[in-house]
Amino acid sequence: MNSAMFIQHMLNSLTLGSLYALVAIGYTMVYGILRLINFAHSEMFMLGAYFVFWGITLGQLPWPVAMALAIAVTASLGVLVDQVAYRPLRDAPRISALISSIGVSFFLQNVAIVFFQAIPREVYRPQWLEDPIITHGVRILPLTLFVPFLSLLFMLVLLWIVYRTKAGLGMRAISKDIETSYLMGVPVNRIIALTFGIGTALAAASGIMWALRYPQLQPMMGTIPGFKAFIAAVFGGIGSIPGAVIGGLALGFIEIMTVAFFPDLAGYRDAFAFVLLIMVLMFKPTGLMGERLEDKV
Amino acid sequence: MRRGQIILFNCLAMIAAGLFLWLAKDTFDGYKIQILNLIAINIILALSLNLIYGFTGLFSLGHAGFMAIGAYVCSILIMTPDQKDMLFILEPAYDWVQNAQAPFLAAVIAGGLAAALAGIIVGYPLLRLGDDYLGIATLGFAEIVRVLANNFPRLTNGALGFKGIPDYANLWWNFGWCLVTLYVIVRLLQSNTGNVLKAIRDDEAAARAMGVNVFRYKLLSFTVGAFFAGVGGALLASLLTTIDPKMFLFTLTFNILMIVVAGGLGSLSGTVMAGIGITVLLEWLRVVENPVDLFGFELPGVPGMRMVVFSLALIIIILFRREGLMGMRELSWQSVARVFSRGKA
Amino acid sequence: MRKMMLLCLALVFAFANTAFSAEETIKIGVFLPLTGQNAFGGQLELEGVQLAAKENPTVLGKKVELFVVDNKSDKVESANAVKRLIEKEKVQAIIGTYGSSLAMAGGEVSEKAGIPQVGTSCTNPLVTQGKKYIFRVCFIDPYQGAGAATYAFKTLGLKKAAMLVDVANDYSVGLSKYFNKSFTKLGGQVVSTLNYQSGDQDFTAQLTKIISEKPDVLFIPSYFAEGAIIMKQAKELGATFKIMGGDAMDNPKITDIGGSAVEGFVHTTFPYDPSMKNMTPMAKKFTEGWMKQYPGKEPNVNAALGYDAYMIILDAITRAGKADPESIAKALAATKGFQGVTGATSINETHDAEKPVGLVIIKDGKKVYEGEITPDL
Repeated sequence: MNSAMFIQHMLNSLTLGSLYALVAIGYTMVYGILRLINFAHSEMFMLGAYFVFWGITLGQLPWPVAMALAIAVTASLGVLVDQVAYRPLRDAPRISALISSIGVSFFLQNVAIVFFQAIPREVYRPQWLEDPIITHGVRILPLTLFVPFLSLLFMLVLLWIVYRTKAGLGMRAISKDIETSYLMGVPVNRIIALTFGIGTALAAASGIMWALRYPQLQPMMGTIPGFKAFIAAVFGGIGSIPGAVIGGLALGFIEIMTVAFFPDLAGYRDAFAFVLLIMVLMFKPTGLMGERLEDKV
Repeated sequence: MRRGQIILFNCLAMIAAGLFLWLAKDTFDGYKIQILNLIAINIILALSLNLIYGFTGLFSLGHAGFMAIGAYVCSILIMTPDQKDMLFILEPAYDWVQNAQAPFLAAVIAGGLAAALAGIIVGYPLLRLGDDYLGIATLGFAEIVRVLANNFPRLTNGALGFKGIPDYANLWWNFGWCLVTLYVIVRLLQSNTGNVLKAIRDDEAAARAMGVNVFRYKLLSFTVGAFFAGVGGALLASLLTTIDPKMFLFTLTFNILMIVVAGGLGSLSGTVMAGIGITVLLEWLRVVENPVDLFGFELPGVPGMRMVVFSLALIIIILFRREGLMGMRELSWQSVARVFSRGKA
Repeated sequence: MRKMMLLCLALVFAFANTAFSAEETIKIGVFLPLTGQNAFGGQLELEGVQLAAKENPTVLGKKVELFVVDNKSDKVESANAVKRLIEKEKVQAIIGTYGSSLAMAGGEVSEKAGIPQVGTSCTNPLVTQGKKYIFRVCFIDPYQGAGAATYAFKTLGLKKAAMLVDVANDYSVGLSKYFNKSFTKLGGQVVSTLNYQSGDQDFTAQLTKIISEKPDVLFIPSYFAEGAIIMKQAKELGATFKIMGGDAMDNPKITDIGGSAVEGFVHTTFPYDPSMKNMTPMAKKFTEGWMKQYPGKEPNVNAALGYDAYMIILDAITRAGKADPESIAKALAATKGFQGVTGATSINETHDAEKPVGLVIIKDGKKVYEGEITPDL
């Protein structure tokens, strides 16, 4: 393997990894506060991408407007889903909410199959994202640089929200102990709604970025990225925002580099993430950056 | 009291099953018999998942993986060497795969045992995990099984899978196994072990504090559940006569989870009834997609609507009747049910 | 106790009422993937069948009734769907399906019931292997793979090939194997075979590796949606080799999704395309009928195969002079030189259609039918 090829693999990993990271941040937000694996995250990811598509084709909107609108619409949908399907289950066993989220995920996916049809659709991407920059035999897509930048930006914004704002204080309080937070006068339901809003907005944003990188829309597009990003979040330490970014990048590197160095293993690629997950859970259940979760007795 | 209940429950199950089979054998056409067969298999699968999740509190999403193992092992054993010779067109099968053969009963048991072994192997490291972590890890296990099945063409014929698997799994076999599953699980739960399992589900920390070896009991429940999942997979393979890795996606686990949740977590009779209800419902729901019959073929129907309704049903059940649809009715039926669903609060 | 019994009885009765069967119509069942992974192919084929049925609503003076069921791209559903068609709707013949594994699952049921089934675009050899009642209007993968290899090696003079294979897709695995076999036999060399799994969207690692091997041609036996993404990424990574694929790449949307990246792409297909220059009268009739029935929608080869599947059954019924399943099956097996949309079709002793392999090339963002090739077997 020559150096140009190695750098090319590195860049490929960086793009894929930062996409995983972007999805993982959204997962980790919701999980960190509610201890809920929101399976419907994958569908929000898919819907965000579709909304942009319609904004552009049906609404004739320019790119940035369509994107902002799609993120806003998806985020409100996320809040709605929380209100309808998760909020009534706050006092129920945690698994109930998880099953509900599996139900919501299947529901949205099948609604998408019925109404958007299973036929894959094309994605319009701005020309400046298409033209690669070529230096020293390495081809860099502008998107390759854009997505990691965006992930980093979102991470910083979220860290600021969580650690520097009053809402963030509420989030942290809820994640520690939801009942005490009620008693302390934290507006729990509003904060949770806000969390869902932010988490879903991130899902939509990452769905849009994903669709730019892998330009195709279909109702099932969120499932595999969703699973993998969740694994990335667990790997990095679920609940930790920097952990999600590190976990996402790490997963991207592992997937690409294993194929690069052991091409014969390419057919097993989808299993890498799960093997990694099982290993992490066995040896360091809290992930790389996670805090210890106490058993609630 | 307890003895009487066991006998009553067994008789009831056998009368119901016998009634079905006796009537079905001659009266029903193949399509309806197929549904009956699916009911039996779905009940086996749901009972085994209910043992793992409903009675022991282990949130496992790996059922499709165990089913795949059972299905592959059983199919390899019941196909003739000649058949396998024709089938493995990508790469020839390993010699031991090629020549392995067993009668149906032995093959189904072997499928179950292989799945149970897998249960021990994955359960050993994973059962230390809690709730949703366990769910996602077992889901990962099922995915890994599928990826492996795709990548070992000499063992599994890769993505092509098997076809022409002998169709031994008739009503008698399926309902026979259904009865065996029910019997074993009822006996298991009524023994002291069953009480320990429920104690672990209700309060693991307390069970541990009382000196129970929690892990051993979890592993036991998980392994027994895996065994019957393997049996269900084996029967399904023989019923459908064709399998491939794509069959064992997460959707399969989802359908079974749906039966368990709808029937009531920790209620065996609820699972049986939900198994019947949901299997029939899934077929009946085709109507939603098929308004074709009435006005000629002009109206295309709404393909996919079935799963929309189905997943919506799951959400509604979990939101409005977390104990399961049948859970309430069971209480008024006989006190039998109360024993099984006690501790469900 | 009593309630349980009542419930059981109610269920039994619910099962026992059978659908009435009318004598005066001929019933043809259609099972296709209308939802799920293969829906894009299944929907087109259904439209082809429906067009044929609309144009030819009667045979032997009797009305033909279509029963459509969705097999959801799922094998369990597929077997169920066929069972339903046979037992509940009492169909005399069955059309379907797109996707070989689905066809096999359904085929087991039809075979046992002795109802003839005509496959549309299931190209795996196993589908009809050893079956008395299973037929198809398409050729099989060994033939198609050989066609692609012959074109690459002989017509284009490409000597080094690489393959990118979906290990989770029976079609992809099978076709790549036959391409490999023929290409090597002709004297070419397959320098690299890399795998992926259905649902993957990132192929950069595999493609970077393939590019470093410098092949002349990359063979991608995938479905069109994945294929388009693969070509896009290949172009972004600076690939310059020729890319070829199989009949599953034949979809009008490929240029929409692939954009400029699919320029120059060649795929084998069944001999029909709306861009064909010398259309047979049958193909012309189909194209015109399609344009009228589905304005603004381009016909494709799947639709043509759906159309042919219906027509070949009608042809068999006409020749048999009666419409019981046994006679239809016998007449189907004896089909010689049936003039279909996808060329003259004969059913051989393995129940596969014999017809030439067509070639489509993407030129200036449009699919152009190149002509036919007879594979070097």
